[in-house]
Amino acid sequence: MNEEEIMLRVDCEEHRIIVDTRTTLLDALRERLGNTSPKKGCDHGQCGACTVLLDGRRANSCLALAVAHDGAEIVTAEALAENGDLHPMQRSFIEHDGYQCGYCTPGQIVSAVGMLDEVEAGWPSHVTGDVSAEKISLSDAEIRERMSGNLCRCGAYANIVPAIREVADERARR
Amino acid sequence: MKPYHYQRARDIPGAVAALAEQPNGKYLAGGTNLVDLMKLEIMTPDMLVDVRRLTSDRIEETEDGGVRIGAAVTNSDLAADRTIRSCYPVLSQALVSGASGQLRNLATTGGNLLQRTRCVYFYDTTTPCNKREPGSGCSAIDGHNKDHAILGASERCVATHPSDMAVAMTALEAFVNVHGPDGERRIPIEELHRPPGDEPERDTTLEHGELITAVDLPPLAFASNSKYRKVRERASYAFALVSVAAALDVEDGTVRDVRLALGGVAHKPWRATKAEEALRGEQANEANFRAAADIELEDAEPLRDNAFKVPLARNIITRALLELSEER
Repeated sequence: MNEEEIMLRVDCEEHRIIVDTRTTLLDALRERLGNTSPKKGCDHGQCGACTVLLDGRRANSCLALAVAHDGAEIVTAEALAENGDLHPMQRSFIEHDGYQCGYCTPGQIVSAVGMLDEVEAGWPSHVTGDVSAEKISLSDAEIRERMSGNLCRCGAYANIVPAIREVADERARR
Repeated sequence: MKPYHYQRARDIPGAVAALAEQPNGKYLAGGTNLVDLMKLEIMTPDMLVDVRRLTSDRIEETEDGGVRIGAAVTNSDLAADRTIRSCYPVLSQALVSGASGQLRNLATTGGNLLQRTRCVYFYDTTTPCNKREPGSGCSAIDGHNKDHAILGASERCVATHPSDMAVAMTALEAFVNVHGPDGERRIPIEELHRPPGDEPERDTTLEHGELITAVDLPPLAFASNSKYRKVRERASYAFALVSVAAALDVEDGTVRDVRLALGGVAHKPWRATKAEEALRGEQANEANFRAAADIELEDAEPLRDNAFKVPLARNIITRALLELSEER
């Protein structure tokens, strides 16, 4: 049998499971561990609904094989809230009405959280005028470009961008 | 997905030995393209040898003043590297113009070089495709071919290579370090990918079992004056219709040296050597840039739907060179 035992730390909880080598992280999370926060949209890395933080970085869990990430630390949107208090990004999506059907939302929120860390680390994007610049100034164009891996077929982008903008501005003030 | 055996190796020689024994095995790194192709059963390996944690994930300066990029360095780490951003901006720009933030966090340097074409017929298993099924025919030659090659194609295949990163590396004359069953070798990147010819199923000149371990960028002073321009059908997260990687060295209005490579036009990143030769020693102005682009594109053989790529390539070459000559 093509099976392997792996350990995953999901939302701060350790799990040991035996998986078929074909199992993606997304299927391991949803089907084996009952964590349905990351969603299966396209299952081909095109829509971003499955986005999780994988060892601290946003990634498409549908294209990551579970066996290849034995020992990984995974954070889903579900664990962003602390002690019942929503994460600022989650609150901001509610305040700005940054969704309609909600299916892409957990992926959008995790992706936005990972994206702001990338900005803080000074990573350039396709719309960054000078890639050698020390600091990134997070314009709306930067947010749109950096979030292009998350599709919303309801088209809530007009509210998603301000939702992220508010959290980014709050972070910058701190 | 077809069942397969998953294997980790202790070290690089162990991985190479494991794969050498498995004619239908593949190396796995980030998996962003391979896993997708396996889901679609376009690729059906019976063994995966995981090399993501075996090759280096570091970017280091080399003795000659260049840079060595470990094969496991992710696309996002490479794009964000300070040395790359200031000394080889074309590479950083090429990387951030490709894929999405999530994909760049998974995708590796070695894997990016070895990604397969995004030709729609290669992906559509109900249609003939010589690359997917040798001898079955090419559906693109007389089909929908707006995305396809205008240079260096063959009667068997008109697919293009999808990588942006590789186009920048081609302009920078990178070397690809490979570890195989017969030892190590260092390949000029121009010799890594191959024209389709009679064997479009072979994307590269690598032999079975050869593993990319690192990419070397030689020192190139004027690479600090370089850029990547990409035209695609939407503003973000799409493959190139045409792209150009350019580096320019101008002194007193004269082109001392220039590097040009094109993406989206051929089965491999296309080094525009004819245009480069035409420009060396000439005045750096729009008319000369345009004339040089035309010389390169004289050999273009557009298909039914992609004649637009010829003027598009000419325009973005000219524009990139103009910007590089003005920004200095």
